[in-house]
This record gives sequence, structure tokens and C-alpha cells, in this order.
Amino acid sequence: MTTITAYTSHHSPEKGLMRWIKTTNHKDIGSLYLWFAFIMLLIGGAMAMVIRMELFQPGMQLINPQFFNQMTTMHGLIMVFGAIMPAFVGLGNWLIPMMIGAPDMALPRMNNWSFWILPFAGGILLSTFFMEGGAPAFGWTFYAPLSTTFAPDSTDFFIFAVHLLGFSSIMGAINIIATVVNMRALEMKLMDMPLFVWTWLITSFLLIGAMPVLAGAVTMMLTDRNFGTAFFDAAGGGDPVMFQHIFWFFGHPEVYIMILPAFGVISHVIPTFARKPLFGYSSMVYATASIAFLSYIVWAHHMFLTGMPVAGELYFMYATMLIAVPTGVKVFNWISTMWRGSMTFETPMLWAVSFVFLFTIGGFSGVMVGIAPADIQYHDTYFVVAHFHYVLVTGALWSIIAATFYWLPKWTGKMYNETLAKVHFWWAVISVNVLFFPQHFLGLAGMPRRIPDYSLQFADFNMISSIGGFAFGTSFILFTYIVIDCIRNGKPADARPWEGAKGLEWTLEPKAQYHSFNKPPTRELIKQESQNS
Amino acid sequence: MVDISVRKKITKIFWIKLILSPILMFAFAYAMVPIYDVFCEITGFNGTTGRINSEQVYAIDESRRIEVSFFAMTMGGFPVQFRPKINSMEVIPGKFYTTSYIAKNNTDKVIIGQAVPSVAPTEAALYFKKLECFCFNKQVFEPHQKIEMTLRFVIEPELDKRIKDVSLSYNFFKIKS
Ligand code: HEM
Ligand SMILES: [Cu+2]
Repeated sequence: MTTITAYTSHHSPEKGLMRWIKTTNHKDIGSLYLWFAFIMLLIGGAMAMVIRMELFQPGMQLINPQFFNQMTTMHGLIMVFGAIMPAFVGLGNWLIPMMIGAPDMALPRMNNWSFWILPFAGGILLSTFFMEGGAPAFGWTFYAPLSTTFAPDSTDFFIFAVHLLGFSSIMGAINIIATVVNMRALEMKLMDMPLFVWTWLITSFLLIGAMPVLAGAVTMMLTDRNFGTAFFDAAGGGDPVMFQHIFWFFGHPEVYIMILPAFGVISHVIPTFARKPLFGYSSMVYATASIAFLSYIVWAHHMFLTGMPVAGELYFMYATMLIAVPTGVKVFNWISTMWRGSMTFETPMLWAVSFVFLFTIGGFSGVMVGIAPADIQYHDTYFVVAHFHYVLVTGALWSIIAATFYWLPKWTGKMYNETLAKVHFWWAVISVNVLFFPQHFLGLAGMPRRIPDYSLQFADFNMISSIGGFAFGTSFILFTYIVIDCIRNGKPADARPWEGAKGLEWTLEPKAQYHSFNKPPTRELIKQESQNS
Repeated sequence: MVDISVRKKITKIFWIKLILSPILMFAFAYAMVPIYDVFCEITGFNGTTGRINSEQVYAIDESRRIEVSFFAMTMGGFPVQFRPKINSMEVIPGKFYTTSYIAKNNTDKVIIGQAVPSVAPTEAALYFKKLECFCFNKQVFEPHQKIEMTLRFVIEPELDKRIKDVSLSYNFFKIKS
């Protein structure tokens, strides 16, 4: 059943390089974001390979500790700000207008600007490697006074890069809110909106709330470093612990910025391949909103060891536990959607099902580190590293890969090679567990994070983890091949390549035209394609 | 052409809110600085000690004893020897006590420093009040000078009865002159 509608005009894009520089088209900009994120993923991944090589054996073999710290710091920053966040903005750009029956984003020129800031920010960040004193080496959380008093000069460039990244994200968020409010087909009620749109809308509010606080934190760092203020300098009446409060007031919402759109993606893929409507549509919306709200009031669970009064520890512990409730609702709904469905396991579904499984492992270890008395043991060990890689790699990144395979036919009009994609999936899902699961054991045994060398009892698990790491790293070569092969040689895809897929985007041509929905979709069509039924 | 007459309209108010909110959140980051200070003062969070301006009279329970330990630290290569005169003392809540810290400048230069206090457990910080302290002001150390700096304090009787040990530590920082 394909309904190719005539909601399309046939302007074609400009030719050549200028098309990409001047473009205000949401599909072009979406692609730019996605390619940028992918390149950053490879750069950040290369750094991870260096880290795993050094940790392959105890002792210092390849690099010096200073460079090791630069690697962990830049790996974290690039993955968070360069890969995961831009990838989701790219998906949002591509999909949100098509999902709400809009011709484009509400603010197309600002959209161009938000993207083109990114390569400069990324370039500035990477250029710090070539500066005297090297790149920042204080960890992606850049705690003061390491990042103020004891940091290399290149830190000022890092600060500028973070400002730019913040600007870009805030503009992107404003654009998405304006698009959802303003450009949505008149006939589409809020509760008709697909979940990817819902989760992105809520994420935008998190971005608007959290990114400016990050900008504030780095601005204070900047003036502390160069203009004699003492926000984080105890000698001048400031307080380094306050840095952590400000940072995590941004930082915890930030981790949900990276996972809420992932929840949205999974809520599209699972119903499609279970051939059942999403279980509990409205509870999904409310759960997302509660998670977003709660994410603002739990930040000090990252600071259980800074010497808080017991009352503070208890409050932040209980509030943290509370987040597991709406998160549990979501996992429950995904499983219920699959329950007695006619499931098939095409590649996007494989990624989505393994997301549910592996993200939940990360959620459980999250609850473990959220227990204040237990966190005394876990904090700053590899257990925390295992926790956040399960939620970020097998959570956020997994959903991005699921989304890529799921919507690639709509983006390119062609089908990827299913056999190769399945090989890639199994390769990645096995190696990622070999990579990160042993890190739980390392952490429980007391191996600290962010260190280039370790004592002998940690040797075996580290070697296993490194082998998994190299295998996982190389899986991306295959991924690159599959995507490029699809774009170049893929077989033509149907307009609705997945039997059970619902959503306005599938009513468009097999390869969505440059401009879609110049006339908004009708009420019937919206109802028919709604997830809320 | 794109027909936008069939789209919803964003009101001006909404635009203003949308653009103002990130600006306000940026300001909020700065507002967290004084909020944090006030919060620490009110709750004793982060071991922030209190200050009183005159000797008050408290109801005294002579049977209670609290062991107060004194610690001294210096940060970032602060070139002054710094230590408490006595390492600990027994204190009855509600009574005022005086003790001192000793500092010696071992260099040929004038050094200016600032001491920052912290009390543990943090639940006790709220009731640890200082009448006189070298941490209220910057300290100037002349070359090779040795000085004794007084501290007069009281632990208020409202302190939780379960707390029997309190430690007070000072951390000296160099101030760029
Ligand atoms: C049930 C949900 C979750 C709970 C209860 C939870 C709890 C925690 C706690 C208590 C910590 C601090 C551990 C320590 O440093 O000792 C932590 C760290 C972290 N979590 Fe989670 N978490 C949850 C879900 C997530 C999700 C969904 C993400 C991201 C997508 C995430 C990303 C992170 C990151 C990046 C860190 C490490 C930050 C650092 O570098 O120190 N967490 N989590
Ligand atoms: Cu957190």
C-alpha cells in the first residue's frame, strides 16, 4: 500500500559546492549535520583506539600520560558535542518537517548558520592539539581548578569552541520549537505528533535550559583565567566545588538531551517491525516530560563524594531513583509493543531490540551508582565508564544507527544491503559487549578511570576490553561501506519500504523530494498515519 | 509556492519568550554564585562556618563534651609554614574557646595569603561559630616573620547530640598582589 501524494513541488537544488554552503533546505542541512557527526565519530573513535591501545597492557608503552589525558578529554568532548548531539540535530532536521507535514524548518536561514558554526567549533577544538602545552587534558567535565589554574593556554580556545557549540545548539533548539509550533499541519493536534517529534520538542526545552548554563560556566572559567575574577578560586573567595554544581546543573540534563531523541527513534522502529501500534502512546509522552523535568533536580548525584551533608545525599539519591520510574515505563511500553506482535528482524529492528536490552543494563548500573553509599565504591572507577558507555553507545549511538538504517531508504530512495547490514550488526553488538562489559568488573575491583597505567590484577580484563574495542572500531569501516554502497548502488526502495511503518514521511515519494508538503496533509491522512491509535 | 496561510502562527509573546529564556538561563548560571553562597551559609553545606559578632550567652550542658581537632593545609606551593598550636581540644557546647594557629614565612619576600575554613562533618558546620578568626581577613607575612593568629569560637548547643567529634581545617592560599 503506497500513497504517493502530490504534495510536492519540483524546485531542484543549486549545483556544486555552493549548494551546501548556502543551503537553507532542511534535508540538505540534515545531511550536513549527519556527515559532520559521522566524521567526528570517526575522529573521536580513533582517539578511543589510542586509549585502548595504551591500556592493552599494564605499563606505559605508546604514549605519555599527558597525551593520554588529552586523548580521554578530547574523546569525550568530541563524542558528546561533535558526534551524538549533531547527529540527533541532523535526524531532527531531516525528519521533523516530514513528520509534521511541514515544507521546511521555521527558520531556514538560522538553520544554515547553526550548522556552519559547527565545523569551525570542531576545528578550533581539534586545533588545540597543535598548540603549545597541547590540548586540554582535564577530562570532558573540565573541573576547576584543573581547567583554570593548572590548564594549558589552549584552554581559551576550548572555551571559545564550547561557546560556539552552545550557540549552535540553542539556535537549533529554538528552530525546532518554532517548527513544531508554527509549521505543523493545522490538522495535526499535539497528541497526533509522532514520538520522535515529541521527544525532540522536549529535548529542545532541555537544550534551552541547560546550554546557557554551560556557557555561563565556561565564561566564568574564561574570566577566572584571564581577567582576575575568582569564581572558582578559593584564594579569592570563590569555590571550586561550585564549579561542579554549575557544571552538573548543565551536565545531567545534557545526558538526557542525548537520550530522549533516542527514545523517540526506538518508539518508531519497534512498532513498525512488531506490526502493532505503539503501546501506551500518551504514557510515553508524559514519561518523556517527567524525565526532562526530573533531570534538572538530580545533578549532585555526580558529586556524592564532595562532602555533602547526609540530607543532601539522601535527597539527590531519592530524586535519582525517581528517574528510573518514567524510564521503566518506557522500557515496559517497548516490550509490551513487541508482546504478541508479528515481529521480523530487519536491521533497524535488530538495533532497536538490542537497544532496549543494552540500554536497560546501563539504566541498572545507573541505579547502582545512584545509591549514595554504594557510589563511594563506584565513583571515578571504570564502573562509571561502563555505565555511561552502555547508555551512550548502546543507547544514544545505537538509536542513531537504527535511525540511519530505518530512514535511509526515505533519504536516498534506495535500499541498503541487508545481508551486510546484519553482519555489521552482529559484529558490533558482540564486540561492544566484549569492550564494555568487563569494565564493570574492573570498576568493581577498584580500577580508577582516566589513568594511563594500572596495577597487574587488572591486566586480563583490560586486554579483553581492548580486543573488543578494536573489533568494535573496525566495524565502522563496514558501516561506512554499507551506507556509501546504498547511496551509490542501492536497489530502488518502495515509498514505504517497511510493511508496518506508520508516519507521514512514508506517504512521500520513495526518495523524499527536495521540497515536501507544500500543501499540508489532510486530516484523514494524519489520523491514518498517527502513532496514537 | 509554499502556502503558509494554513499554518499556525507563533505569537510575538512566544518569540520573545523563546529568545529570552536562554538569555535568562545564562544569567541564572551567574545567579547560582550568590545563591550558592547564601545556601552554604544557611545550611552549612560544604563545611561553611558561621560568624557571630559578639559573645552571646547560651544554655550550657556541662556534661556534653566534643572533641575538636584542628588541621592546617597550604595550597599550590604556598611558602609559609602553617600549623595549629594545639592539635585538638575538648569543648563544651555553648562556651567560648580561644586557640591559635602559627605561621612562619620562610622566604625573603612579603607574602599575602587567605585562609579558607571548612568544618566536618558538614552537619556541624552550621553550629560552629567564630567570633574572631584570621580567616576573616587577608594575612600579610613579612619576610622570615613568625606570627601567631588567634581564633575564638563557640559550638552552639543546638548541635546534634550524636556528633561527638568535629574537625576544623584551614587551607591557606596565596593571593596575587
Ligand atoms: C536510570 C537512569 C540513570 C541513573 C540513575 C544514572 C545515575 C548516574 C550517576 C549516579 C552517575 C555518577 C556516578 C559517579 O560518578 O560515581 C552517573 C554518571 C553518568 N551517567 Fe548516568 N544515570 C542514568 C542514566 C543515564 C543516561 C540515560 C545517560 C546518557 C545517555 C547517562 C550518562 C551518564 C554519564 C555520561 C555519566 C558520567 C559522567 C562523568 O563523566 O563523570 N546516565 N549516572
Ligand atoms: Cu547524572
